[in-house]
Amino acid sequence: MSVAERTASIVNVHGIDIDVEIRGSGAPILLIPSEEGLEAQLPVIDELAKTHNVVIAFPPGFGRSERPDWMSNPDDLAYVMLDLASQLGLEKPALVGFSFGGWVAAEMAVKNAGAFSKLVLVGAVGVKIGGPYDVDIQDLWVQHPAKVAAFKWADPEKANRDYSGCSDEELSIVARNVESFARFGWEPYMHNPKLKHRLHRVSIPTHLIWGDKDGVVTKDYGRAFAGLIPGASFETVANAGHYPQLEQPEAFAKALTKFLR
Amino acid sequence: MQAWHFTEMPYPDLPPLDTLSTMRVSIPSKLYDPKIGAELYNRYLDEHMLADELGLNMLLNEHHQTATCINTCAPLSAAILARQTSKGRICILGNPVANRADPIRIAEEMAMIDCISRGRLDVGFVRGVPYEIFAANTNPTQTVERLWEGIDLVSKAWTTTDGPFNFEGKFTHKRAINLWPRPYQTPHPAIWITGSSDIENIKRAASRGFVFATFLQPHEKVKWMFDGYRSAYRDTGLPGGGGTAYMPLVYTADSDEEAEKGARELTWYLDAKSEPQYRNPPGYVPVEYNVQALKGTFTGRTDAMRKQSIEYLRDQGVIIYGKPDDVAKQIKRLYGLVGGFDHLLMMGQAGHLNHEMTKRSMTLFAKEVYPQVKDLARTRPLEAQAAE
Repeated sequence: MSVAERTASIVNVHGIDIDVEIRGSGAPILLIPSEEGLEAQLPVIDELAKTHNVVIAFPPGFGRSERPDWMSNPDDLAYVMLDLASQLGLEKPALVGFSFGGWVAAEMAVKNAGAFSKLVLVGAVGVKIGGPYDVDIQDLWVQHPAKVAAFKWADPEKANRDYSGCSDEELSIVARNVESFARFGWEPYMHNPKLKHRLHRVSIPTHLIWGDKDGVVTKDYGRAFAGLIPGASFETVANAGHYPQLEQPEAFAKALTKFLR
Repeated sequence: MQAWHFTEMPYPDLPPLDTLSTMRVSIPSKLYDPKIGAELYNRYLDEHMLADELGLNMLLNEHHQTATCINTCAPLSAAILARQTSKGRICILGNPVANRADPIRIAEEMAMIDCISRGRLDVGFVRGVPYEIFAANTNPTQTVERLWEGIDLVSKAWTTTDGPFNFEGKFTHKRAINLWPRPYQTPHPAIWITGSSDIENIKRAASRGFVFATFLQPHEKVKWMFDGYRSAYRDTGLPGGGGTAYMPLVYTADSDEEAEKGARELTWYLDAKSEPQYRNPPGYVPVEYNVQALKGTFTGRTDAMRKQSIEYLRDQGVIIYGKPDDVAKQIKRLYGLVGGFDHLLMMGQAGHLNHEMTKRSMTLFAKEVYPQVKDLARTRPLEAQAAE
């Protein structure tokens, strides 16, 4: 398989440095990674890059993107990412966001759905469905790491990542991703109370892809999220937790490419 | 040197520790018996009153949702002592200003206690240890900024005496701030701050004339911190006028055997258990530290101490115990090793150490040790050549 040409660069968006990787050419796709930041390594990206211009963009605070001190939530991040799409001249890209990146994508879509052709949310957080005592989104910070692993992965062994071969720079990105995830998602926990009242503005074809064993945000949460977006469709990936793209990459690739086709 | 009595006010009557996953944050309150708690509160306050009678000062702190410390609202116990004691100074170390919603409320509480005690209050501020993040639900990535914004606002509120002002900061927005009462001490009570590794924070405290306090650290690290402090030290002429404070566990006894017995009871504090996620909330320490954590080379202070023998801890100055002359000797040795300090903060009660043993140690210290160390010289700015 030939690998599409890759360009990793820092793009300055109105004074803020954003980490962007561009692959392939064709119809554009703007992809916002999860807090784990591993989506750029997915085989499906190279597959899509054969026929698409895939832009992987890390929101402020993630990857090598700068994190201005005044930013406090994904609402702030969404404006920067909209500016980025415009600055790169992307012509109505499909917008794909994973987990926390899905929250950012949803915030972008409610602000300017017309800038995109389609929206895909994968295991996205960002809305509160139930009441104050309902755990809509599992608390990933107050529980034992073993429990968190079981919430995140159908196979909790996947939580054990080997950092032994990583450089300090790579580890700094991992550590800062964790920090930024907390900066933007600590309170209100992993959601914007206003977002669900704005999702009716998402007037483009929208598809939600969920791990059927997601314990962070269950598939019931995913269905309720889909119900807030006019006409949105919903599907699950078998034997996958919160990161179906990482845990079942082939089944995920099928689901994604089918919707983007 | 000033000596202070301290207990975290623990609730030690727990099931065997190996049956608990944590003593902090998520330990169920069905394990707390209010009748035992009532006895403990009154006993710990009695011990502070004894400290006052013996000529010692009284140090208080607060933690939340933990069996290691049931003094959840230090201003309340400080207020009780302000009224029930008459001589010693009272210090809260500290007010968790980064974890409290309204710094002005703290300014009011402190001003009122200062007035009731007729100017015997020192006011500490702390960023809050990692596991405090959860009970407070403070964003763990911004506690240092919140700490300093809060301290500045409290100081401004204490010292603004000509009517109201508004404040529109990063974390606090208030209108018509106009403190009544203002503090008994003018311009305001001495401010204390704690730290362990952030040398810039320590220098910042020194340049403002705050007392800098640190706890249970090996003496070489204490010297590094105190040298950093003294390199930037500026005496502002406030009550107390800055200085350095160190907290070891301290037990003084009539015999070596009893001293060791008491010291071993105090190490209960070092053995306090908590689940891993409470020890390093995301963004609580800088990215560089978490890079070390990912490599497995950063474990934190208490973990490092927990695994050590009592003899090692004594050599490091983390625990001081013995007969009165031996205790005085160890304090003087520590004083020399760290370049001098102004306040000896004695954790003289922890864990299951009972009332009788606590009283005996406090009394022996006050009568036979304190006179030997009281006149040790105060902290001075670091000599220029020593700083190089």
